[in-house]
Amino acid sequence: MLDERDVVATVRRLHLKELRLWVEMGWVRPANSDGGPVFDDLDVARIRLVCDLREDMSLPDDAVPVVLSLLDQIHGLRRELRGLAGAVDTQPDEIRQAIVAAYRTGSSR
Amino acid sequence: MTDDPYKVLGVAKGASQAEIKKAYRKLAKSLHPDLHPGDKVKQAQFQAVTAANDIVGDADTRKRFDAGEIDASGQERPQRQYYREHAAADPQGRYDSSAGYGDFEDLSGVFSDLFGARAQARSGRSQGFAARGGDTRYHLQVSFMDAAVGGKRAVPLPDGTTIDLTIPAGVRDGQTLRLRGKGQPGFGGGPAGDALVEIAVAVHPVFTRDGNDVEVDLPIGFDEAVLGAKIDVPTLSGKVSMTIPKGASTGQRLRLKGRGVKPAKGTAGDQYVRLKIVTPPKPDAEMEAIAQRWRDHVTADPRAKLWKDL
Repeated sequence: MLDERDVVATVRRLHLKELRLWVEMGWVRPANSDGGPVFDDLDVARIRLVCDLREDMSLPDDAVPVVLSLLDQIHGLRRELRGLAGAVDTQPDEIRQAIVAAYRTGSSR
Repeated sequence: MTDDPYKVLGVAKGASQAEIKKAYRKLAKSLHPDLHPGDKVKQAQFQAVTAANDIVGDADTRKRFDAGEIDASGQERPQRQYYREHAAADPQGRYDSSAGYGDFEDLSGVFSDLFGARAQARSGRSQGFAARGGDTRYHLQVSFMDAAVGGKRAVPLPDGTTIDLTIPAGVRDGQTLRLRGKGQPGFGGGPAGDALVEIAVAVHPVFTRDGNDVEVDLPIGFDEAVLGAKIDVPTLSGKVSMTIPKGASTGQRLRLKGRGVKPAKGTAGDQYVRLKIVTPPKPDAEMEAIAQRWRDHVTADPRAKLWKDL
């Protein structure tokens, strides 16, 4: 877990002011400790992504939450899809084939 | 994939730095791995583009490359873990949103049974599908006076709405106020999370605060210090008349009991008045004459104790 200063030291193109603003805007949601917000690997990766969006892709600030929200939805969907595929995978052959057949019929409709 | 960074970025050898930057931005927008979770081809392309930009995107490195001092592969960067890897690996799926399939439940009970149960298993709850919404955190700077005597503030939220926040009298710098149910909405009928507002108290030009006690520096004239006086002093609740005793000195602290911060719960603090004797920058003849007469007859050394304590 990193605190605000560690994060700013790790992600070199980030200023403390920006980090605080992003947390305030809800773009990054660190856990709270007695000593202030603490960030894990997931938060830091997300911060790097926001840096990429704003700097490398010169995305305006009001577009960042739009992109983040869409990405969060995609990851939510991917997680469920992976889970569903995993569950289908554990079924006996005949059930699996029945699901595949039903799915093909459904998607060709 | 070509090794020539100019070709990778699709610019001419003579392109300006601005043109290279523009080309890189355009490619980053269409290839960034986090915008294409799962797409391995785009990730490889993006890596080539980033490597090319590392060489010719920087004027100095580009010069060295053009002069043949470094080659296109000389800039291998450590492989970066993109957000998508972390997002996929995170057991709680903390940032994952269910909004992408929220309407599936209308189509078929299967989805709510499956996904609801999975979300519930992840959050470690054993009964029902309900989950409390997340807390949201905000920072708010309030004026010294609002913090001391309390007040109301509308806190603007990122989504355009506002929360009416009652600031309790005596709130301290760094204190967090909890607004129940004003955070993110709950899942499956669960209660909403809380909004946590961290308060920063602005400094005041006159008052300083230590807990519930308030302190004010009060300038007085030398005549008031010598003869004593009745003086109006600013407090949190307006002017208060205060008696300065005869023979007052700079640094002396006088107390106005109960005139500090009156918190919603607990006893009120006091106000301390720190005296500061000031003399005019250009004393007139009369004042100098008084001081000269004083010097002629005084014998006590004001620094006697200082030298003794040394």
